[in-house]
Amino acid sequence: MDLSFSHEEIAFRDEVRAFIRDNLPADIRAKAGRVAHFDKADVVAWHRILDARGWAASHWPREHGGPGFSPVQRYIFMEEMLRAPTPEPLSFNINMVGPVVYTFGSDAQKARFLSRIRSLDWWFCQGFSEPGAGSDLAALRTSARREGDEYIVNGQKIWTSTAHVADWMFCLVRTDAAAKKQEGISFLLIDMRTPGITVRPIITIDGAHHTNEVFLDDVRVPVANRIGAENRGWDYAKFLLGNERTGIARVGLSQGRVSRAVSLACGIEGLDGPLTDDHGFRRRVIELEIELKALEITALRIIDRQRRRNDGRPDPASSVLKLRGAETQQASAQLLLDVAGRLGAPLDADLAALGGGFAEAQGAAAIHLGARAATIYGGSSEIQKNIIAKGILGL
Amino acid sequence: MNLEYSTEQTLLADSVERLLSQRRATDRRAIWAACAELGLLALPFPEDMGGLAGGNVEAQIVMEAVGRHLADVPYIGCAVGPGAILGLCPETLRLRELVAAIAEGSRTACLAHEEEHARYRLAHVETRAERTASGFVLNGKKTGIATIDGVDELIVSARLSGAAGDETGIALFLVPADLPGVRMRTFPAFDGTTLAIVGLSDVALPPDALLASDKGALAALDRAEAASLSAVCGEAVGILEAMLDETVAYLKTRQQFGGPIGRFQALQHRAAEMYVALEQARSMALLAAVSVDLPDREERWRMLAAAKVQINASLRFVGQQAVQLHGGIGVTEECRVGRCFKRTAMIERAFGDTFHHLAVLDRLGGLEGRLPRTAPAQANGRAA
Ligand SMILES: Cc1cc2nc3c(=O)[nH]c(=O)nc-3n(C[C@H](O)[C@H](O)[C@H](O)COP(=O)(O)OP(=O)(O)OC[C@H]3O[C@@H](n4cnc5c(N)ncnc54)[C@H](O)[C@@H]3O)c2cc1C
Repeated sequence: MDLSFSHEEIAFRDEVRAFIRDNLPADIRAKAGRVAHFDKADVVAWHRILDARGWAASHWPREHGGPGFSPVQRYIFMEEMLRAPTPEPLSFNINMVGPVVYTFGSDAQKARFLSRIRSLDWWFCQGFSEPGAGSDLAALRTSARREGDEYIVNGQKIWTSTAHVADWMFCLVRTDAAAKKQEGISFLLIDMRTPGITVRPIITIDGAHHTNEVFLDDVRVPVANRIGAENRGWDYAKFLLGNERTGIARVGLSQGRVSRAVSLACGIEGLDGPLTDDHGFRRRVIELEIELKALEITALRIIDRQRRRNDGRPDPASSVLKLRGAETQQASAQLLLDVAGRLGAPLDADLAALGGGFAEAQGAAAIHLGARAATIYGGSSEIQKNIIAKGILGL
Repeated sequence: MNLEYSTEQTLLADSVERLLSQRRATDRRAIWAACAELGLLALPFPEDMGGLAGGNVEAQIVMEAVGRHLADVPYIGCAVGPGAILGLCPETLRLRELVAAIAEGSRTACLAHEEEHARYRLAHVETRAERTASGFVLNGKKTGIATIDGVDELIVSARLSGAAGDETGIALFLVPADLPGVRMRTFPAFDGTTLAIVGLSDVALPPDALLASDKGALAALDRAEAASLSAVCGEAVGILEAMLDETVAYLKTRQQFGGPIGRFQALQHRAAEMYVALEQARSMALLAAVSVDLPDREERWRMLAAAKVQINASLRFVGQQAVQLHGGIGVTEECRVGRCFKRTAMIERAFGDTFHHLAVLDRLGGLEGRLPRTAPAQANGRAA
């Protein structure tokens, strides 16, 4: 029984750390931990730097252009990026659509899409959710009618993050309205420049335009852009949603926020001296640290189990990681804003003009407001509890 | 990183499980003898004293089964604690004989360190030891001793010099329980386990009763505390498992409103939260086991304190929910979850409660050591 990383794993961690230190562009570093979302340009820039090193698709197998990391290396790699923090390799491309294409796509599709997905030449967005299909995703109604070697797609997607900057959308559509709801769904790749697509912004409470509504009116999609078999899309979607879930605790992200809250607190005087001496503040930091430590070890235990089982199936216990991970992301973001106090009030203003204290607290509000979505997307906390109750406890 | 039990550890887990699931008996002596037969009592002692040199994971394996079966086995007080202490004491013929006798179950020993006013502070020893021409004389009182009926030897901490709380001046003595001046009184704790207090009045000891002194004694006590804390985390995991299993089974069978109560989502979610609490506790028990022997004292206690705080929180949450989800039967003496609940409340205050370990972490700058402090903590002399 040994919880520590091997010498090779520690050497690898140091290598990743050094790589980030030496290669993360200064302008991106300056924003790190102070913004809720990185801009597209930042994400692309960092993604390309990682790709040049062979690291962008950290959990893809070698034969598809991945670096051949072990599960532990993948975990270390992701956590180091979150801790820095750097932009993350685009999840839609790397965690979601890429593995679907190399697992279920035709040779022609692999040849056309895989390297562009990996290198981020093509930015993908995820067109799953609809106004009537949120947690109950299989209730989706966007239809795809076959006409020769094209599908005619009609319907509406919602919460389509980054659709306004995306080149492609991977999309679930209904190809058989008569079948049972999970059985009439297909998985299409849709070029966002296709006529008939309208993208409308949704502004979230953090003031950001990150997500969108996407309207599809008689959008023509070549049948060649369907992944796998017609009406089997639900299987691919389940595969996609279950893929690579050990990183979802995002412990490093929360740790980074706690660190920032502590250093911010060092410079803030309250009734009884520095905020770092305040008993209530210290308790909250410590309790969060304990929770994060438990989460980190739970993630490692799940990785260890997967490594031994080695069948690539998602572990239902990873619902614990999503559930507690999202909660600790929120708690750490809340802590940051609580430390900032009223200096955290600005959301979008010239902070330098307001004063140094405001500049120090930059992003605290946006990060806190943005974090509220963490327990909603990617399977809400309530859905994770359903999964545990049914899938693990048999209730 | 390797989080898999070795073959030996799996075998150990299986055999302890078999032993305790067969013996629902209340005869503690009989269970103790069976533990000896299995080699469990030799496990915590070093090889050169005739022990089996089991590690902290092994101790947790034993205690997890103890917890799962709510067995009344003072394994920590009479095996883990003494093993950790004697392993750090200079080896003598007398000790070798004692360890051999403990291992085969013919003699028993337990740690008598806690005191009425210590409140989890390791160096808070008021019991005095005076050097005399013929050895030592001990006076004082020891409390909260987890022991077995008719215990033969006590490992007693007493102060040769200094004041309660000083890290120097403490010594450890081996005290036969039947010596004149040793008065042991046992009482049942609210969870049904037996605790003892020992009064020591003018207990005369020969020179070779001294096991360790000063730094060596404190290091041995620190190690016993760490090893015991880790072991009790294992027991906690066993109880958490038992409470979750019982509760889930009950949700599936108890009928109300025309069906099993487990079909209500409010209760399903509660059970899911109990599962999360169990998994987090398992992770922290693992952390405790691998941290007992960390050479850096501060780092060691950061990890152990964090583990205990988290496990206490899981115990409290799961215990309360297990009782609640059983309804009225949950608060009865005959219901297992009721008994589990009482046990969790005792474990919460074993080897440091949540107040204590949060204070330890506070002193040490948090789990990552990144919390600076400009003013000294409230001056009430709490030692980690
Ligand atoms: C910021 C953000 C970005 C997103 N990005 C994308 C994206 O890029 N692509 C995409 O496809 N989707 C995206 N989503 C959508 C996300 O996946 C959905 O919001 C999520 O699935 C929940 O659906 P819903 O919002 O319709 O809520 P609903 O499903 O309507 O849920 C409302 C409430 O009811 C609860 N609930 C629902 N069903 C149950 C049940 N069975 N038992 C108990 N409670 C239940 C939920 O937990 C929630 O609290 C994003 C969402 C957000 C907030």
